[in-house]
Amino acid sequence: MTEHTHPHSSEVHVVGYGQYILIWAGLMGLTGATVALAGMELGRWIIVTALTIASIKGYLVLNIFMHLRFEDRTFRLFATVAGAVLLIFIVLTFFDYAFR
Amino acid sequence: MTTTAVGTHAVGHVHRDDYGSKMGMWLFLFTELILFGGMFVIYAVYRFSHQAEFELGAKELDTLVGTINTMVLLTSSLTVAMSITAIQRGNKKLSMLLVGITIALALVFLVNKYFEWSHKFAVGLYPQSPELLTKPQGEILYFGLYFVMTGLHALHVIIGAIVLAVNIRFIQRDIITKDSYVKLEVGALYWHLVDIIWIFLFPLFYLVH
Amino acid sequence: MATPAVLAGAEPDFYHVSTKRKGILSWILSTDHKRIGLLYLGTILFFFFAAVTLGFLMRLEMLKPEGTIVQPQTYNTFFTLHGIIMIFLFVIPIVPAVFGNFMIPLMIGAKDVFFPRLNLLSWWLFVAGGIMALTSVFLPGGAADTGWTFYVPYSIRTTTNVIPALLAAFTLGFSSILTGLNFITTIHRMRAPGMDWFKMPLFVWASYATSWIQVLATPIIGITLLLVVIERLFGVGIFDPTLGGDPVLYQHMFWMYSHPAVYIIILPAMGVVSEIIPVFARRTIFGYRFIAYSSLAIAFVGSLVWAHHMFTVGMSNTGMFVFSFLTFLVAIPSAIKIFNWVATLYKGSIDPDVPLLYVLSFIVQFSIGGFTGLMLGALSVNIHVTDTYFVVGHFHYVMFGGTGFGFFAAIHYWFPKMFGKMYNKTRAKIAWVLATIGFNTLYIPFLILGYLGMPRRYYHYLPQFQTLHQIATVGSWILVLGLIIMFVNLFVALWNGSKTSANPWGGETLEWTVASPPPLENFDEIPTVTTGPYDYSKYEKASQEAV
Repeated sequence: MTEHTHPHSSEVHVVGYGQYILIWAGLMGLTGATVALAGMELGRWIIVTALTIASIKGYLVLNIFMHLRFEDRTFRLFATVAGAVLLIFIVLTFFDYAFR
Repeated sequence: MTTTAVGTHAVGHVHRDDYGSKMGMWLFLFTELILFGGMFVIYAVYRFSHQAEFELGAKELDTLVGTINTMVLLTSSLTVAMSITAIQRGNKKLSMLLVGITIALALVFLVNKYFEWSHKFAVGLYPQSPELLTKPQGEILYFGLYFVMTGLHALHVIIGAIVLAVNIRFIQRDIITKDSYVKLEVGALYWHLVDIIWIFLFPLFYLVH
Repeated sequence: MATPAVLAGAEPDFYHVSTKRKGILSWILSTDHKRIGLLYLGTILFFFFAAVTLGFLMRLEMLKPEGTIVQPQTYNTFFTLHGIIMIFLFVIPIVPAVFGNFMIPLMIGAKDVFFPRLNLLSWWLFVAGGIMALTSVFLPGGAADTGWTFYVPYSIRTTTNVIPALLAAFTLGFSSILTGLNFITTIHRMRAPGMDWFKMPLFVWASYATSWIQVLATPIIGITLLLVVIERLFGVGIFDPTLGGDPVLYQHMFWMYSHPAVYIIILPAMGVVSEIIPVFARRTIFGYRFIAYSSLAIAFVGSLVWAHHMFTVGMSNTGMFVFSFLTFLVAIPSAIKIFNWVATLYKGSIDPDVPLLYVLSFIVQFSIGGFTGLMLGALSVNIHVTDTYFVVGHFHYVMFGGTGFGFFAAIHYWFPKMFGKMYNKTRAKIAWVLATIGFNTLYIPFLILGYLGMPRRYYHYLPQFQTLHQIATVGSWILVLGLIIMFVNLFVALWNGSKTSANPWGGETLEWTVASPPPLENFDEIPTVTTGPYDYSKYEKASQEAV
């Protein structure tokens, strides 16, 4: 079978090395920040701050490294649905545990 | 009825659909997200009911090693992302080099993990160890989750590294080229997910003490 | 719809096309969606007959309040295996893997699914999972006796072959995930030109919604069962109460998948019903968009209700109220479908042929099952009937009376397309009568027994329940007789059935525009679609003019 490509109507989006390195630097910085914060006495807030920073890092990897920001909005919709479903699983489970 | 050999049929050629290939990989990534997500649900429930003991357990973990491993994986995401830019620009050698560095970083991660686990075993912290069974239940749960989640994650690091190794081969043999690189894209997507999972594992196990 | 393709007869059908490999290899290594669909059909029927036999034996056992034909331990393994096989090896895969595989590409005007080799891998994983499940029966230690739900801590303690059974379920789950992934991509990327989302047949909509549940919910059972395996092997403590593990948390994780799984089970069968009714009422479906949206709504809301399986285990009141409320909500989109189907039949030109007969049984039986489900969703009722035969009656009504009969409808509807032959309709109708009467005679007593307090999975029971048990068992005999006639009739038709045309039923969806059976690549030319499915306007016009 011969394989041939069709000219795509959308141009290919190339992310420059510099852009990637910038994001990487941001990720490293956020890692440093979360470690530093963990060293402080934050009590109950440690988990919220840690998860917030992790979410920002995840958001950067998802959108820039994984290209989600530059992809068709169908992929963004898919990812939102998947993330929402996981979140719902956690929240509904806690409707049981948090109110015992 | 006469039979016709397949292949002589006029409609034998395949229309390449990179968008569809990527869609398939994204869907697969969602299944991995939910697979680990299930463990995060369990972690959340047990942490909620054993807060103090989870913090005790976390003290046993080496924050420095965890931080290094986090930075190693983040860098590996950088290199594999750049490898796509390289192939898009027709720079075959650079692309292969960058994927190679990604795999090397994966190996660094795994070696670190090996030393971490060995150390735990050496001090008697492993499932069903006499030492662990004397500890409060919250700590037993913490270490149970630690070994299963980081173990499952390490398994995915190995799988991801193998996928990327296959990608290097494909680039070398011009199966992945400037005009056809979706195989590298989907391999990289898988790798990034492995990184994202660690991004969440790290604070939950190493930083909440 | 597009004009029918020219059926010149120069093109061999997909059975007779010349292939690289010969004999059995040309089947088990084929990436043709039609062959894969048939491979699934053969494999699944094998397991279905095994599980029916187990059910038949269980009903024999229940004829008397004390032991009849087997020991208590054996009875435990019977209902465990019956559940595992029926759920993971029959009702979950039967419509998607057989008819989804065979029909979706045809219905959307494509030559195959998006990932044909992945499709073959799905089937191989299915076979591997099935073999693992069978192995668990024959290895030393004996078949698992935990019930198909594998509740901890018993599933951690029992010395029976839980690990092979769990690994089987894990593998089957993986097969299901890959099929769902394949269908989503196929439906997004391979629809024929002109077929926008709202020109797709409703079976495709149903399959699409099902595929999302397969992708997003199945991994939860994957990790949960894996954790039980790890618990048995390494004693990590995650689900072991003596080490701090929480058995209720296991149930949360188990049902987080297993409830959405029942929508994987029912949605494709509902899709089949939506296909058959317009054809045999000679009318376009009433409320196409509502049925399409309701499939998505069921998939979504159905993922939020899992803890209604756990109302008596000690959850918080808040949790119970929330899950009960959400359970009531999910009944709404299901009811919408029922209303729309009935509205389509109303003042239609009804042809009571075999597929429609099974659909009518489906509608009545699914309604009973759905309604008893709603009753179970009410906290006050649930406390009395949980873990009784009422629950067993409810889920057999929806899964067997619903999906099972939906499968019977589908096989009688698409049989001519798949095999190019027509079966004997008189025998098929006799089978339908026996199956429907037998089914209801078997399961109505279950609902009553449960209400009266008969617990499920019990080997011994109180003597006052015996009459109802005996009625049920007689029902099982009538049902099995009907099934035997049904399947013998179909098998005979494979050899002796009369050759059939491309469109024996007068359907308006794309699969009826190609030969029966279809050629290898389905369409000579990919059609361009201009109208919606179920375009019976010419019939409606003709009948109006005839008046």
